[in-house]
Amino acid sequence: MSIPNLNTDLCGIKMSNPTILPSGFLGTSKSLLKRVAANGVGAATIKSVSFEAREGHKNPTVIPFEAGLLNAVGYSNPGAEETAREFANLKDVSIPVIASIIGTEPDDFVRVVDKLSQTEFSAIELPLSCPHTPGFGLLAGQGTPESTGQIVSAVRKASELPIFVKLSPNIPEIGNLAKAAENAGADAITAVNTLGPGMLINIEARKPILSFKVGGVSGQALRPVATRCVYDIYESVKIPIIGTGGVSTGRHAIEMIMAGATAVGVGTGIYERGIDIFRKICREMETWMSENNYNSVHEMIGIAHE
Amino acid sequence: MNEISPLDQPVMMKIDKIVDESDGTKSFMFKHKLDYNPGQFIMVWLPGIDEKPFAVSYLGDDFFGITVLERGKYTKLLHKMGPGDQLGIRGPFGHGFSFPDNITDGKGSVCVIGGGCGMASVTVLIERLQNNNLTVLMGAATSTSLFFKNRYKDITLFTDDGSEGIKGYPTDILEDLHNKHRYDIMYTCGPEVMMSKVYEFCKKHDIQFEASLERYMKCGIGICGQCVCDGQMVCKDGPVFDLQALSNMNDFGKHSLLKSGKRVSLKEYADWKSC
Repeated sequence: MSIPNLNTDLCGIKMSNPTILPSGFLGTSKSLLKRVAANGVGAATIKSVSFEAREGHKNPTVIPFEAGLLNAVGYSNPGAEETAREFANLKDVSIPVIASIIGTEPDDFVRVVDKLSQTEFSAIELPLSCPHTPGFGLLAGQGTPESTGQIVSAVRKASELPIFVKLSPNIPEIGNLAKAAENAGADAITAVNTLGPGMLINIEARKPILSFKVGGVSGQALRPVATRCVYDIYESVKIPIIGTGGVSTGRHAIEMIMAGATAVGVGTGIYERGIDIFRKICREMETWMSENNYNSVHEMIGIAHE
Repeated sequence: MNEISPLDQPVMMKIDKIVDESDGTKSFMFKHKLDYNPGQFIMVWLPGIDEKPFAVSYLGDDFFGITVLERGKYTKLLHKMGPGDQLGIRGPFGHGFSFPDNITDGKGSVCVIGGGCGMASVTVLIERLQNNNLTVLMGAATSTSLFFKNRYKDITLFTDDGSEGIKGYPTDILEDLHNKHRYDIMYTCGPEVMMSKVYEFCKKHDIQFEASLERYMKCGIGICGQCVCDGQMVCKDGPVFDLQALSNMNDFGKHSLLKSGKRVSLKEYADWKSC
């Protein structure tokens, strides 16, 4: 039997496979994007960018635990102008690159979009769901259908690029929120952001370990929640879904796809299996697909619903 | 479930004793075994305050120590601590110095160059190289900022202002030393401008070279991208890089990233770090 085809079309963006580097992992420079590209990723998302530079929270900002990572980096980024400079000439990176954009008010998002207008990003992602940074995401009330709709509409008017909206797993009726994003003009849903916030306390120090005290939960602890979110969203919207949350093997990726994902984010898995995890996942997917008579990713999307 | 090693999260350790090394520099000693390779780093957590990376500057079978220059808010608080107080330690992390075949078993000629605080990153290395034909050079701004000068019987000191040792920089005399000792490898940690001069020297004379780089770090485990230097994560791929790796790192000797990720000159970075 021939090798299964992992080619993925996400909102017209051509990817050699369905794996995507999510925002917040390694996406700080073009040099690192080239490195993840060389390790087999299908597309990559840059570290979220705000209009002004931000230093983020103090260390510790990322702490491993037995089922994943807890992080509160706090959206450190060099601002929109510097980001436009760093990611100029994106054609040097051989894969599609997604700009993750953050702001407080709808206008803030638009100002960043305008600053990036001369770049060659393939899509815009709006993470309206961060659980640990005041002024952004959940802590700015962006996780409601109304607020999500307003921000997506504003960005829709400002850009022709596909818009991905990244949702929080905390939202009980996540399908309704996805629907609001779709109605406002979103082209895809990224499901999900980190869960929580959660907390790790060092009992000898008698203090939370993260300097921000609380942070988002990613990795294995998040995966079943993320898979369920993708499943629910698939039933609510027609636009594609990027399933993100704890995926670290080919089997996990296929599980996400069967729940309804067109593409699959892989972040915390880099800590567990190394930067070449993207290639490993693709090989594992090919093996399983060969053994189970699937020729393409497309044939598996959403089949857990049948 | 992943196996989680106890030192993936900070482990609280009591300061056993404190050694005054020089003006503004103290070493903090811990009675704890640490599986550490020279050049690696540990993250040191002051609960509720901040966490920063340090090299291990003292290492024995059942103890280790770090050496800290008082500089900003975090290090000022650290300097106020006393024996019995606790710090959170996680690590060690990263890729340390390597020992190529031509210098194992006491063969080969080696030069170690420490500049300023960077000296604290090469002490455990120096102790591993005691059987080699070894030259140790140490430079600092002025006499009072030299530390570890009495720790080795054979060490050549330099100060920028000439207040102790030779006036000038360790890089001034590399040519003469190399003619005499024919070095197989040079190791260095210190100001990046100095390290890049040693790099150029080694490249020209075809000498193996390893340098320990310093960048602002966040995760320490190779996933956040904060400490990137031309596609290399200093916390995981480094902090020690060899000549070949450095030859592909255009930012080496030129640029570093501020806490926001903004790419700036090494001078601007140094000014920010010192405040």
